Parts: sequence; C-alpha cells; structure tokens
Amino acid sequence: MIDLKSISKIYGQKKVVNDVSVSIAKGKVTSFIGPNGAGKSTLLSMVTRLLDQDSGDVLLEGENILQAPSDKLAKKIAILKQSNNLDLKITVRELISFGRFPYSRGRLTQKDHEIIDEAISYMELEQFEERYIDELSGGQRQRVYIAMTIAQDTEYIFLDEPLNNLDMKHSVQIMQILRRLVRERNKTIIIVIHDINFASCYSDNIVAMKDGEVVISGSKDDVIRKEILEDIYEMDINIECIYGQQICVYFDEHQDASVDDFIEDQAQVQIRA
Amino acid sequence: MLDRKNNRLLLILTAITLLIGGFYILYQLNFNILYYQLPSRLNRVATMLIVGTAIAVSTVIFQTITKNRILTPSIMGLDSVYLFIQTLIVFIVGTQSSLLTNGFINYVISMLALVAFTVLVFRYLFKLTGSHVFLLLLIGIILGTFFSSLSSFMQMLINPDDFLILQSSMFASFNAINESLIWITGTIVLLLLIIVLRDFHSLDVIALGRDHAINLGINYDRKVSQLLLIIAVLVSVSTALVGPIMFLGLLVVNLAHQIFKTFKHRYLLIGSTLISMITLLIGQMLTQYVFKQAIEISVIINLVGGVYFIILMLKESRR
Amino acid sequence: MIHKLFRLDIMIILLIVLSIISMFVGVVEVSPRDLLNLSENQKNIIIESRFPRTVAIIIAGASLSVCGLIMQQLTRNKFVSPTTAGTMDWARLGILLALMFFPTANLLVKLLFASALSLAGTLLFMQIIQRVQFKDVVFVPLIGLMLGNVVSSVATFLSLRTNSVQSLSSWMQGDFSIIISGRYEVLYISIPFLIIGLLYANQFTIAGMGEDFSKNLGLNYKRVINIGLLITAVITALVVVTVGMLPFLGLIIPNIISIFRGDHLKNTILLTAVLGAIFVMLCDILGRLIIFPYEISIGLMIGVVGSFIFLIMIFRRVKSNA
Repeated sequence: MIDLKSISKIYGQKKVVNDVSVSIAKGKVTSFIGPNGAGKSTLLSMVTRLLDQDSGDVLLEGENILQAPSDKLAKKIAILKQSNNLDLKITVRELISFGRFPYSRGRLTQKDHEIIDEAISYMELEQFEERYIDELSGGQRQRVYIAMTIAQDTEYIFLDEPLNNLDMKHSVQIMQILRRLVRERNKTIIIVIHDINFASCYSDNIVAMKDGEVVISGSKDDVIRKEILEDIYEMDINIECIYGQQICVYFDEHQDASVDDFIEDQAQVQIRA
Repeated sequence: MLDRKNNRLLLILTAITLLIGGFYILYQLNFNILYYQLPSRLNRVATMLIVGTAIAVSTVIFQTITKNRILTPSIMGLDSVYLFIQTLIVFIVGTQSSLLTNGFINYVISMLALVAFTVLVFRYLFKLTGSHVFLLLLIGIILGTFFSSLSSFMQMLINPDDFLILQSSMFASFNAINESLIWITGTIVLLLLIIVLRDFHSLDVIALGRDHAINLGINYDRKVSQLLLIIAVLVSVSTALVGPIMFLGLLVVNLAHQIFKTFKHRYLLIGSTLISMITLLIGQMLTQYVFKQAIEISVIINLVGGVYFIILMLKESRR
Repeated sequence: MIHKLFRLDIMIILLIVLSIISMFVGVVEVSPRDLLNLSENQKNIIIESRFPRTVAIIIAGASLSVCGLIMQQLTRNKFVSPTTAGTMDWARLGILLALMFFPTANLLVKLLFASALSLAGTLLFMQIIQRVQFKDVVFVPLIGLMLGNVVSSVATFLSLRTNSVQSLSSWMQGDFSIIISGRYEVLYISIPFLIIGLLYANQFTIAGMGEDFSKNLGLNYKRVINIGLLITAVITALVVVTVGMLPFLGLIIPNIISIFRGDHLKNTILLTAVLGAIFVMLCDILGRLIIFPYEISIGLMIGVVGSFIFLIMIFRRVKSNA
C-alpha cells in the first residue's frame, strides 16, 4: 500500500502537481491517465523519490520514503522512466544484471544469475542476450529495460509510459506480462499510460488526473465512464462494451458539412475531367 | 568472454608501461653520475605515475557523471586559475619571492587556491543550478575567461624578463620536482584512488544516468557531489605539482574506450591510468631526447590530444 | 520601466553622448571649452588618437555584437558567439601564422589570411554541431570552447617556438589605446559586411530553423548559411586584428536585447548594433578613468564585466527553466 498525502510540486508560478492525495492498493495494476500536462509523470517521479516534492509525504506501507535509506528502497520499489537512450557499450545481459545491484552491489551470486536468467526468459530476450543494446530496436530495448526492472524483483513496479515506441503486438505483450506479474508474483504495478483503452482493459484501478489534480480514483469501472472521461479530455467520448471490455470510442463522429461538400466537389471535378 | 579479453589487454598495457618505464630509467645511464641521475629519473617517473593516475581517474569519473566522452574536468577554467595565481605572485611580489621560487610554498598556495576554486564551483553552484552539469561547466569556463583576462592584463604590465620566468610555469614540466611534494601528492592521490576503487561498481550504475541510479538505490546527489570533490582534489594537486596539461585526460580516456570497448569502470579506470603513464613517458622522452628540452611536454601532449579531440568530434558527428 | 530605455532613438542619443565624452577623456587634457582654440598638440591628439579610437569602438562594438546575433540565429542557440564558437581563436591563430610566414606582407594580406582561417574554423564548428546528435543548449558552446582551446594551444605552441608568447598575449588582449590613425582604417571594411548582415537578417532567422524548414519556404539554405558565416568570420578577424579579443561581447549584447525586446531580428538587429557600441564605449571610458592616468585595457574590462553579465544570464535561464 502506498499513500500519497497532499503532494505538490511547483515550477515557478505553475503548480504542476497540486495537493494530490491518493492511495495505491497492493497486488493490483493501477493506471494513471489524463491529458498531456496533467502532472502524471511528475507525480510518479515524486512517488519514487526521483524528484523531491515541494510539500506532502509519500508513505510506503506507513513509512515515509524520503526517510528510508535509498538502497533499502531499491529492493522495494522499481521505477522505469520514459526516455532511456544510453550511449554505453553494454550488452543486454549486462544491463539486466544491473537490476541485481541493490542486492549484490555489483558482485553477482549464483542466485542473482538465476534471477537474471528468469527475467530474460520472462521478456523472451534469450536470443538478444549477448547483443549490445545500441544494436536493438526501440521496442526491443524497452523490453530489456522492463526485464531489468523485473530482475530488480521489487514488490512495487512503476512504469512511466511503458508502451511508448511499441507497436500493438508488443504493447499487448507487455501488458500481459504485467498482468502475469501481478497474478503469479503478487506484484503491485503502477503505470502512467496514454491510451485509455489499454488502461481500461488491463488495469484494476485507475487514477485520472487533470491540471495537476486527481479528478477521480477508483476501480476501472468507476472511472471509465462517459461523463468523467469527457470532462477530463474535453472531447466527446463514447464507451462501448466489446467482448466484455469497456472500449472508449473517441474518434469524432460528428460530420462536418463543409468537409463533405468539399469532398463531393472534388469528386465532381474529377468525374468531369 | 569480453572480460577475459580485457583482462589480457590490461596485462599487456601493464607490461608496456613497465617496459617503457624501465627503458626511460635505464637509457644512457651514466654510472659516473649515477647517484644524481638515478634518483632524478625515479622522481620523474614517480611524478608521472601520480599525475597520470590523477588525471586519468578524474577524467573517467567526470565523463561518467556528465555522460559525455568529450569533456574533461580541466576544461572548467583550472588552467586559468593556476596561471592567474602564478601571474599574481609575479605581479605583486616579483620573481625573486619565495612564493615563486620555493616549490613547496608555491605548491601549497596553488593547491589550496585550486581546490577552493573547484569546490566552490562544484559544490556551491551544484546546488544553485540543480545538478545541471553542463551549466556547471559553462560557469567554470566563464570564470576561467575572467581569470585569464586578469592574467593577460597583468602579463602585459610585467617586464619581459619576469615574463620569461613566469612562462616556465605556464606549461607542465616534470623536471626538478621537489621530492617531498611527490610524497605528499602521492599520498593524497593514493588515498583518493582507494576510495574510488573500493566502490567502482557504483560508478557503473551512475553511468546509467540519474534516474536509473536512484532506482537502483544509489544516493545519487550525495554520491555525485562526493565524486566531484574527489575530482577537484585530484586535478588540483596534479596541476599544482607539475602545471596544467589540459588534453591529457581527454586523450587517454578516449583511447581507453577505444581499446576496451566496455562500460565497466574496472577496466576504464585501470586502463586509462596505464595509457596515461605510457603517454607521459613517451612525451617526456620526446621532450628530452628528440626536442632536447626545447618544447615542454604539456605542449606536445596538448597538441596531440587537441588534434585527437578534433578527429573525435568529427567522427562523432559523422555517425 | 527599463524596457522603455531600449528604444532605438534613446540608445542612439546615448551613443552620441558617450562618443562625445570619449573624445575628451584621456591623459592629454582636452575639454570641450578648448574646442574653439585648440593647441597644435590637442589637435593632433584629437585627430590622431581620440577620433580614430571612438570610431573604432563604435565599429568594433556594433559589428561584433551583430556577428553574435547572426551566429545565434543560425544555430538557434543563445550561447553561441564568436568567442564560444572558437572563431576568435582561429582568427588569432591566423594572425600568428601570417606574422610567422609573411611578416613583411601588408596588413590586408594578413587580414585575408586570418579571415580565411576563422571562416574555416567556424565552418568546422558548424559542421560538428549540425551533426552531433546531442543538441543540449549548453553543450554546443562547450564544443566550441573546446575547439577554441585546441586552436589556442596550437597558437601557444607556435608562439613558444618563436619566443613571442608575451607579445602575442599582449597584442591579443583587446586594447583601444593602440588605435591611432593609420592603424584602424581596415575596420571600415566591416561596414559593408554589416550592411549585408542587416539585409539578410530575416533569411538568417529562417535558415536557423533548419534545412528542411528553409527549403519548404523556398530559401537557398546553404547560401544563406555561408553568407552568415562569411560575415561573422570576416568581421571577427577584422576586430581581432585591429583591436584584439573582446570576449563575450557577441554573446551578451544580443541576449540582453532579446530579453527586453524579443527575438524578431527585424526589430532587434539595429538595437543590437547600437547597444554593442554603447557597451564597448562605456567599458572603454571606464577603463580610461578607473586607474587614471593609466588605462585598463578593454579586453580586461569586457572580460570582467562580460563574464559577470553572462553568469547572471545563465542563472536567469536556470531559474526560468526550473
């Protein structure tokens, strides 16, 4: 259980995160959604001590994370941020091995190697193991970083837009792996995600943010609602139930008469020509 | 597999270093003046060992923190500050003063001023600029310009004879280094080296960047300011001992990267130290035997290192 | 309040006032009252020294500031200038080489050589930063400064071989007291280049947006970039040859104008030129007064005042970014 108690972050005049209080349940997938600039990533950075908040506390199972020693914390929470471009000559396996640093401080034991192997097979990276990471595609690299986070073997895993750069197949694959981690290993997973349909299909709970504040937080059925989402994203959104999943349809349905006329005119011109 | 290859490379480099070092000590040894020649040569080699280590290690750490291979700590105005101190001494008290002629006093003054300057820039500005390392560097460079403006103004005013004496301190030299200074600097460098080597795995993690390092349990901000302090002291003591050699670090660390092709600091630290030794030894032999002391060693190294730097930039840009 | 001062008319008046003051500050006393009946000596001083000096200050200050502005537009980076791109160091190396290899050639030939070398150096810099993947706004000037360091270490090496370290160092320290009639006239060459710069101002802005962007707007990208670099290289070389290094001038003046008057070149390029002249004039007059009857060279004054202002600029930027 992670409790955020009135967290705020101010840059200059702008309150990027404003008095956010929210609880994150253990053993679930919790998604943070919201439009650009809602403060999701900033909030995630503060919860995982990458960034200091200006006010408020983050309690990890009742303990303030800023008071906990950083090396102990690294065995409880793992965070993966969005941009990960390293200019290092480092192989996939070596990078994943860094996930064991909190436990072995760089001197890997037999057990560490087993866990690393496991993480590699979890993310299906066996064939890339000895490749240098700068030889991989963006999607493959993203999987390597997630494998490193898995090797870190923490109860809480935070991912900041893990689906960036990934095509549909790999997005689905990653989300399924996250669900599997929750199911099989009772991990708690917190992600920031842009695609509300991925959030809707794969999360247990959703926290919706806008302008630095939490609009609503609750189970996904509480949040994935027409009036709530329309308010957050300021656009028309319809929600359909397809194969038992709530799917948001937000492609503009309204027909614009002038556009239609234009297309028709063009067609006429072409026919005449 | 790669590690085994790199271990072998380390052995080869060590052998080359010992060979060249041995050659330098024994070459044309004249037994009639052995009692004078041998200690003097040993002193020089010891100085090169100390300076080479200090510069290589500080540059490796610095590049890891900045995540950048074309930067070096001496870029941030240290040379200018050193020169400023020397010029100031000549300007105010003249060339006869013990502040300039007494190696020990001059060393202590230079070292204290340099450490104070670097620590000020690093520690104090680090807080102000919110750990933006490039900004820190830029500020250092500007302060450097500030000091060199002052120095060149004073250099204009002092008489040409004094200037010639001052000129000798503008370029690093391994000749006639005070023995007790070698011991002091050696001890400082050794102590810092031990601190760094005891925790070189953390350096590997810091190379991943701030976010990853914190995630993996490194107390990043504290660790980095600690390391910056170590860099500051390393660069300062070596500059105070022999004078500025701006491009040495850049040269040797990038050679180490090219040779070892790894991110692991075990190899980078030791490897670049060895390369640094070899470079200094060769440079010293060139100065002594080819150029007959007409050119200072730092000028040769800056020239080679500088050209190498430009090539490196062009290669980087072609990718 | 302070915004209102950055108007062209006010600044031109200020420049004229300062120029007049500059004519009357110096070791030989010449007061405005004497104007009607000048002694032979005073007349000489005015014609041979004070007037050339004042003109040189205006030209050098204005053109170098405009150079900085053009470079900043071309690279889209507020920290690039003749100092931070290494252009000045190349010019210095050029002069040194010219002095070594054809010491008897006339000034124009040396100048041409120095210009060519600064052009080559600036091109190299542009080449590198255009292709470097990592375009951090502070990293770009760092590359330039490093390059400048390489070049000046070559210069040091050469001057060491020829035993001219001190004379080079004193020559390169920007100094207007050496400006007398007969020694500064080449500076006039920079005026046509300055005018070309003014005419091309808009195109520099567009070219700074990148090659694709300029092509989209039908601009001959390569040509505009080359013209811009040529202007900066020639002007920088001219100033370095006649006056010496004026560190940071091309950096701070455009930035100050940009803070108060925004970034549209059409509005700012003249202001930049005038403020540059004012700034140098002010520093020079102060330098003449502070340790009167001696002089603090302009290189030192600008080095000190300039680095100070530059630091303030950086911290402002940090604050607004944080």
